[in-house]
Amino acid sequence: MKVESLPPAPAGSLPPETWRAGLDARLAPGECVLAWLETDLDERLQFARGLLAVTDQRLLAVAPAGTWQEWSYRDALELLHHDHAGVGTLELQDGTGRKARWRYTLGRNVAALRVIDEFERQRDSHVCGHPVTREADGLCPRCKAPLEPGQEECPICTREMHIPPSTWTLLRLWRFARPYRWRLLAGFLLTLAATAATLVPPYMTMPLMDNVLIPYQNGRPIDTGLVALYLGGLFAAAIFAWVLGWARSYILALVSERIGADLRTATFEHLLKLSLEYFGGKRTGDLMARIGSETDRINIFLSLHLLDFANDVLMIGMTSLILVSINPWLALVTLLPLPLIAWLIHVVRDRLRTGFEKVDRIWAEVTNVLADTIPGIRVVKAFAQEKRETQRFRAANHHNLQVNDRVNRVWSLFSPTVTLLTEVGLLVVWAFGIWQVSRDEITVGVLTAFLAYISRFYLRLDSMSRIVSVTQKAAAGAKRIFDILDHVSSVPEPLSPVHLEQVQGRIELRDVGFRYGNRAVIRSVDLTIHPGELIGLVGHSGSGKSTLVNLMCRFYDVTEGSVLVDGTDVRSLPVAEFRRHIGLVLQEPFLFFGTIAENIAYGQPDATRAEIIAAARAAHAHEFILRLPHGYDSLVGERGQGLSGGERQRISIARALLIDPRILILDEATSSVDTETEKEIQKALDNLVQGRTTIAIAHRLSTLRKADRLVVMDRGQIVEVGNHEQLMAREGAYFRLYQAQARNVDVDAEDVRPPSAVHETKEIAA
Amino acid sequence: MPTPDFRLSRNAFGSLVLTAADGSVHEGVVPVRSFPMAAPREGISLVSADGHELAWIDRLDTVPEALRALVEEELASREFVPEIRRIRHVSSFATPSTWEVETDRGDASLVLKGEEDIRRLSADTLLVADTHGIHFLIRDLRALDKASRKLLDRFL
Ligand SMILES: Nc1ncnc2c1ncn2[C@@H]1O[C@H](COP(=O)(O)OP(=O)(O)OP(=O)(O)O)[C@@H](O)[C@H]1O
Ligand SMILES: [Mg+2]
Repeated sequence: MKVESLPPAPAGSLPPETWRAGLDARLAPGECVLAWLETDLDERLQFARGLLAVTDQRLLAVAPAGTWQEWSYRDALELLHHDHAGVGTLELQDGTGRKARWRYTLGRNVAALRVIDEFERQRDSHVCGHPVTREADGLCPRCKAPLEPGQEECPICTREMHIPPSTWTLLRLWRFARPYRWRLLAGFLLTLAATAATLVPPYMTMPLMDNVLIPYQNGRPIDTGLVALYLGGLFAAAIFAWVLGWARSYILALVSERIGADLRTATFEHLLKLSLEYFGGKRTGDLMARIGSETDRINIFLSLHLLDFANDVLMIGMTSLILVSINPWLALVTLLPLPLIAWLIHVVRDRLRTGFEKVDRIWAEVTNVLADTIPGIRVVKAFAQEKRETQRFRAANHHNLQVNDRVNRVWSLFSPTVTLLTEVGLLVVWAFGIWQVSRDEITVGVLTAFLAYISRFYLRLDSMSRIVSVTQKAAAGAKRIFDILDHVSSVPEPLSPVHLEQVQGRIELRDVGFRYGNRAVIRSVDLTIHPGELIGLVGHSGSGKSTLVNLMCRFYDVTEGSVLVDGTDVRSLPVAEFRRHIGLVLQEPFLFFGTIAENIAYGQPDATRAEIIAAARAAHAHEFILRLPHGYDSLVGERGQGLSGGERQRISIARALLIDPRILILDEATSSVDTETEKEIQKALDNLVQGRTTIAIAHRLSTLRKADRLVVMDRGQIVEVGNHEQLMAREGAYFRLYQAQARNVDVDAEDVRPPSAVHETKEIAA
Repeated sequence: MPTPDFRLSRNAFGSLVLTAADGSVHEGVVPVRSFPMAAPREGISLVSADGHELAWIDRLDTVPEALRALVEEELASREFVPEIRRIRHVSSFATPSTWEVETDRGDASLVLKGEEDIRRLSADTLLVADTHGIHFLIRDLRALDKASRKLLDRFL
């Protein structure tokens, strides 16, 4: 056997340190490990590590307990793989029974698949005596994408990123403030000047006291000229501060709104790029709350509070300087409460931030109830569950109150404490000042000026401490916004996109597997659809037909295997460009708020009226549209409330036809229309599907008789392929489906109201 | 005690074999709990490899010992819901976050993708789904130690 001719196992594929010594001791000279899997569960499903390794001579395994086992390659030996609820299982079997079993969590699935591949290769080579053949060195075991030589991880598969966003989220908001940096700077300078202007009056009190009032008390007449000068100065300072303050507020308000708008748009734009998987896991209300109210809070923080804060800091600095310059000792006493306040801030900050984050989440919960109930209002009313929904809303609100109460408890204590500290500070300054005056170290004027400054100074401290709350609120909001912005789409844009000029419409599914979370829904599906072919996809409800279509449209990315269009992996095509070639009619037709014409032209907003009408005609929607009071200009409500199910379906067919796609996908496109209309649509479609690759899903098998090939699915797998006659002749799954339906038609005719219709009737009745 | 009208055994491949009252034999039978959270010991269905229900056990406590042992053994080997006893460390309070936890099945780490992956089953019971679809159970929130509760609280 010429196993030595194998390319050496890629570097970096060494088993973990723990096992290496034990493994090395067991390996025969020249024997090398080709693939391995570190299992992290034992037989009883306890977390414990073990190892399974494929060498060029045998299969070696060590249990968590430390016992080694080995199997040499034999014909009947088989390594089987399946998973359930996040746990993968490998079973070693021969013809007579199970030899061993290994369990691991699904995060290690890639390694497991690699082990199986390598095991099968080695077994076959040992059994038949031929050296190991490797197909085109390395396909990714998971997605079957070709790997560069020596490339260990498939670039397409290893995109899962688990880097938590940094806690300095607020700094990242700079990205949104940057375009406005000059205006922000102007606002800041204005603030600064306004602040400086407000520092003038207290300074004026000093000469006013010492040069006018005190001399008067000592018997000298008032110098009116001097008084006029000082008062004039005070007035000018006030006017100056007023003008500056106005300019500043105006500029900052402008900037603030713009930053907010940018932030919202950026978040929404990013949100729309995320995959369906993301939306599947999120609640509408939550997302709405994030984009709506939280961006608002952030932008106010950015443009107002942040500047105020900087301003406060400067102001405190400037005041301190002035104070020190007037009298250093008194200044020192004044600054006494500062460290205490700093300490207080430190104590409450963390509590506040987590508190506010909670408040945000709960708020989202409240919005969630709304977003659930309002679209589902028919069901709520039909089952008379208004009370219960109110109860749910009340509960969410109550929760909201509770969390808010907790935050407020901390917060309400904080503010007055700061005020108390400043009051006490004022007292100390009074006492110290009087003492100094009595010893003639300072004049009364100096003391008054000091007190005037200090009240401002402490006011600033107070407002600065308030910013703690605002900052923490903004930080909490920013975190939730960046949660969206940082989310990498699970159907990402390719790094080096391939552009298809002309799409032929050939679709290939190669060993495709797909999982929603930990539920395997599609398993090893292989199918090639030729350009222009009409494929009928049939199977029981829940057999994975819609899912397969979702994969072709790349609404989700395959978990294993690959989907190719015209020979190119869909993952390497730009998403939007690729979808433009697909006309899709969804099982649940969705209409946007707008006119019928707008809805039909959704995929191609610049379509002419003639084109819109042509598409509507083809979809047999034209006549019913004309019957509406405003024809094509009729407004259809949110979720298409004003139209019947079949009418909505026909509009979405028209929408798909309008973009003249190379690939047409009809998922139960005509399930809600009567048989008559269906036949007519069918006739129209018959013309339209000419030259297009069409995939049609239908439960009424009769509608698919024209299909070139019927693909029968069952529990995520393709069980039969062929045209109607072939499949009928085979008397397999399709035959049974067809028979069952033929029988059902008779039953339906006798039984006017099948029990399953009760629920729907109820919904409509509402 | 009602005697079931079917027989269950295990074959050499380790899978369950059900022999129904009519004599038909099904291999690779899988027991499935109807209410794994709300009522784990009631309503257990025996499902064939192709997903059809073959038999129904009303209450696990009322079936013969041997049958119950087989069913429980099979359930145990399929069910994997580690129960979190202590949260030792979380990498960050922003998701995705990696948690180091102690469970009834040993120490493990899990990656939480978003707060919405923590599902509240009742006031004090939580189910935490990790990125790979493994569910971790927190049976009683109040039974956790204070440090764990504090960590967890940041995500609720
Ligand atoms: N978003 C989802 N998350 C989790 N599971 C899903 C999701 N969508 C579908 N499934 C599951 O995947 C399986 C296949 O669903 P799919 O929608 O593909 O069925 P289908 O063949 O189109 O059925 P139908 O004829 O009723 O439309 C079902 O068992 C379903 O429960
Ligand atoms: Mg479907």
